[in-house]
Amino acid sequence: MFDALSDRFEGIFSRLRSRGSLSSAVVDEALAEIRVALLDADVNIKVVRAFVERVRERCVGADLARSISPGQQVVKIVAEEMTAILGGTPLKIAYASRPPTVVLLAGLQGSGKTTTAAKLARWFRQQGRNPLLVAADLQRPAAVEQLRVLGSQAGVSVVSASDLLERPDPPAPDDPVGTSRAALAEARRLGRDVVIVDTAGRLAIDAEMMDQVRRIAEVSAPDYTFLVIDAMTGQDAVATAEAFHAVLELDGVILTKLDGDARGGAALSVKEVLGRPIAFASTGERLDDFDAFHPDRMADRILGMGDVLSLIEKAEREMDADVTAKAATRLQEGRFTLEDFLEQMQQVRKMGSFSGMLSLLPGVPKEVRDAQIDDRDISRVEAVIRSMTLDERRNPAIIDGSRRSRIAAGSGVETSDVNKLLQQFREMQRMMRGFGAARRSARKGKKGKKGGRVTAPSLPDFSGMLK
Amino acid sequence: MAFVILIVVLFVAAVAAGAFVGVRVRSRRARGDLEGTPPGEKAPPTRPPPPAPEPAPEPAGEALGEGPLPVGEAPSLRSRLGKARNLLSGYVGGVLARGTIDASTWDDLEEALLGVDVGVATTDVLLAELRGLVKAERIKDPARLTDVLKERLVDEMRFDDRSLHFEPGVPNVWLFVGVNGVGKTTTIGKIARRQVADERRTVVMAAGDTFRAAAADQLELWAQRVDAEIVRGAEGGDPSAVVFDAVQRAAARGRDLVLADTAGRLHTRINLMEELKKIRRVADRPPAKVSETLLVIDATTGQNGLAQARQFADAAGVTGVVLTKLDGTARGGIVVAIQRDLGLPVKLVGIGEGPEDLIPFDPEEFVEALFS
Repeated sequence: MFDALSDRFEGIFSRLRSRGSLSSAVVDEALAEIRVALLDADVNIKVVRAFVERVRERCVGADLARSISPGQQVVKIVAEEMTAILGGTPLKIAYASRPPTVVLLAGLQGSGKTTTAAKLARWFRQQGRNPLLVAADLQRPAAVEQLRVLGSQAGVSVVSASDLLERPDPPAPDDPVGTSRAALAEARRLGRDVVIVDTAGRLAIDAEMMDQVRRIAEVSAPDYTFLVIDAMTGQDAVATAEAFHAVLELDGVILTKLDGDARGGAALSVKEVLGRPIAFASTGERLDDFDAFHPDRMADRILGMGDVLSLIEKAEREMDADVTAKAATRLQEGRFTLEDFLEQMQQVRKMGSFSGMLSLLPGVPKEVRDAQIDDRDISRVEAVIRSMTLDERRNPAIIDGSRRSRIAAGSGVETSDVNKLLQQFREMQRMMRGFGAARRSARKGKKGKKGGRVTAPSLPDFSGMLK
Repeated sequence: MAFVILIVVLFVAAVAAGAFVGVRVRSRRARGDLEGTPPGEKAPPTRPPPPAPEPAPEPAGEALGEGPLPVGEAPSLRSRLGKARNLLSGYVGGVLARGTIDASTWDDLEEALLGVDVGVATTDVLLAELRGLVKAERIKDPARLTDVLKERLVDEMRFDDRSLHFEPGVPNVWLFVGVNGVGKTTTIGKIARRQVADERRTVVMAAGDTFRAAAADQLELWAQRVDAEIVRGAEGGDPSAVVFDAVQRAAARGRDLVLADTAGRLHTRINLMEELKKIRRVADRPPAKVSETLLVIDATTGQNGLAQARQFADAAGVTGVVLTKLDGTARGGIVVAIQRDLGLPVKLVGIGEGPEDLIPFDPEEFVEALFS
């Protein structure tokens, strides 16, 4: 997601931290680098300038020379300013007192509105709501069809002009305004409590199309109007957002395609300029790669601190706490077997894609984060373990050459792959044992880190992991 | 509890991530959901199973008009950009109004370039050169300075050949690649129209986007409108097989050109880039020949465009770029770096939703438009 930006900050900050005292020249140097990093991340140039100025002022005011660790101080200031830009608290959906709650999606062509509509519908369903999708993109060929397919995957029904012909006020087949109006009435009739309206992509300078979306907003009176923005967008994000905001009065932004290596500076820029929060972010092609946007966590993430909170939240939702707790104890005591591993892997898989999870973890080396982990590759790991006998899983030491070839044949991999897995397992086991011991002793020592922000616990170093 | 979970997750992730590297190298998943999967081709890794057909719709507004399309004059870039432009003129106007060249001149120029997505690296290089020139040639006049800057920009993008290559005799395949939502399908429709109407070539479209829901339907509408044939496969099927079938059809019926659509894919998805390599390999075998692989890039794209271009060029042997959606407020400055650093010529520019609105790239016009 914001990985590239985090990487740069990690570099800048590790240099800053290593200095005992900071001259203003050093601070300037760091700020210049931060500026370039932000610009490379497509943060709007005006936002960058204001950001760097604010950080500079605070650095000067903070009397860095007398601080014990001036580098740390600068890091803290940057982190706070970044959190401030991204917005303090996540947007909380307030449902309309008289349902349905109407959500309108608008944006440029190709920003991902249709997919987002389906993902949002799925999200509302998870919140226990009963949404209806309205296909009001009657412009792009086959857009309605696309939403129907996605809607059926999300388990949410979709209505468009052709479904509303029975109504007393049937819309013309090419009239998105009439379709929205009729669909809303239909939603009331069906007792749906959330309505999501997908509109056609349009350029902000296309007066006719902008007028059309304004009229759609008029007839549907949305409780929430979201602008859907592609994370790869450059400097233009701000201009686009301002133009849509002028016509629609946006309530927030949904950021899409965050799973690439785009640094997503558009997110920072739009929040700063519009003062509207980033409500949701979409991080993959699966319908469940979508969640509410947590600004504070995102700031941590940009700053290379990982997004541990999101991960834990996800874990607590999906994993069986008792089983996991037992496994963790065994892990720290070095009694963790391949059997436990298999069990835990299945638990972890419930949480979504592996690559998505890795990107949330702090301290994971870039090579691992960038590595493409296909869920089918994970299945392969599973297959290898399943091809072992119970004895072998409990005591991998007994696996000799002949057992190895049997396992390889059973799971359809090379013997070297089996070796690799075993070796990796041993190594991680060793690392975790040391880690557990270190943590136990650390707990006896100092308690409670400096208040407020939840920082990642110090995690083992994975840099040797790929060898 | 939280910490405990974290340890376990980390452990599992670490072992799995570490182990899969070796495993993945030799993982080959046969799919071949489509008949006619070319013999001897292993199906490459495709998207992982529960694929929520995704992403990002291709651009809208392909003018729903029915019936035969009029073949008109291509509009000029400038005529389309007039209405959108005013943001930048501010900076350059400020430079010109100042009368002398001073520190704020350079700040304004820097801001102007960064503001159109030219990028920090390219901007730094350009301005450093410019400073040298100003000193060496004692340039005092800001108007002269902006002229020199424009010349330099045009120089950075100089290519002798921006034509779309076609070799008579065999079916030519033009492959269209890019990330999600940049406008690949629409671009194919527009190109097909020109090829059929102006070049009098017979066109077969290959609906190689088997991933996005209803993508093939969208292409089929274009095929009907521009009088081209289309070959479709099953949704979720192997795109290489679709392209293979299209090539076979073109060869059997003596068609000139196969325009192959592909699913939008983020360039960071290694398995999908592998899939793209395979599509290209399959298309490039006799009887056909891939004579163009066009990377479609959205003009709103920021610095990520360079990474996109690099990865797609590596995987698919990109021969040129199509810059779409230049009729909005975005300027597409990233193509300066793409052409300068990667040596990939921009061949076409999309400046509107109508079938005529795809025109040849002209660096001078483009640079003028950057600053207009």
